[in-house]
Amino acid sequence: MKINVNGKLQKLKSGNLSDALAELGYGNAKIATAVNAAFVPAALRDTYALTEGDQLEILAPMQGG
Amino acid sequence: MKQFYGVTLKTPLMLGTAQYPSPAILADAFKASCASVATVSLRRESGHNKSGQEFWSIIRDLKVHILPNTAGCYTVKEAVTTAHMAREIFNTKWIKLEVIGHTDTLQPDVFGLVEAAKILTQDGFEVFPYTTEDLVVADKLLDAGCQVLMPWGAPIGSGQGLNNPQGLRSLRAHFPDIPLVVDAGIGLPSHAAHAMELGYDAVLLNTAVAKAGNPVEMAQAMALAVEAGQAAAIADPMEPRDMAAPSTPVIGKAFLT
Repeated sequence: MKINVNGKLQKLKSGNLSDALAELGYGNAKIATAVNAAFVPAALRDTYALTEGDQLEILAPMQGG
Repeated sequence: MKQFYGVTLKTPLMLGTAQYPSPAILADAFKASCASVATVSLRRESGHNKSGQEFWSIIRDLKVHILPNTAGCYTVKEAVTTAHMAREIFNTKWIKLEVIGHTDTLQPDVFGLVEAAKILTQDGFEVFPYTTEDLVVADKLLDAGCQVLMPWGAPIGSGQGLNNPQGLRSLRAHFPDIPLVVDAGIGLPSHAAHAMELGYDAVLLNTAVAKAGNPVEMAQAMALAVEAGQAAAIADPMEPRDMAAPSTPVIGKAFLT
């Protein structure tokens, strides 16, 4: 399945968001996720099914003013 | 000192965490500033380069209040979604709400700001809106549920100081019980002191410290400035006069002509 991860097209084996994050190497990183511009809380990642062409945004803490 | 959603800040300085020459200088500047609040943001992170995780460990160790922002958001939807993501990551209800309306000035889209503020307060957020000194907008933000207002001093990163002191003074006079923070435009300690002298409750700045030749020294200067300005406001400054008035008594002056 090909999905767009932070603006880059990637091929993933995982079907749900939680497994996809593990496959992408995030481990226990402090991140937040959105799919197709909608926030997906961490508690829903296990049951959130990704589909072909989804736009996944993975954000982390960053410097800000 | 007024409370910010039930929190009393130890010092009236909120400091941004961007643009420092190095993480070590960021940490040293923060300590020198005695700031009570650190503003942070969210950006994309890859699974291999975990720079965000390293940044977070530095900020966490500062042991200050965390104020995530929605910087770079131009629509209500973007800002609301970013706020939700920030709440999950930083585990705080506080959000510095920015809905930007113009790319050159980075001035707030006050219409989108009020709309987003209403949505977020209904969702349980404690909103710190980056706004202008417009009184009508301020009223609408309070109606939307905001309990803090953060008018700009000047465009973000410009270092121009307070472009409309009269407007800021008017805002202070109209909302004596609302915590007010001058956010953006501060370039010098004198600008920060000026904001505090107007009776503002805090100052939020970033570039003035991060882009100084010596950020740590500038951070210390800002700490002194907000302390001095706050003390001056408490001391009830004199009213300016149009005409000169001798400070040395005239009575008893020798007749020597």
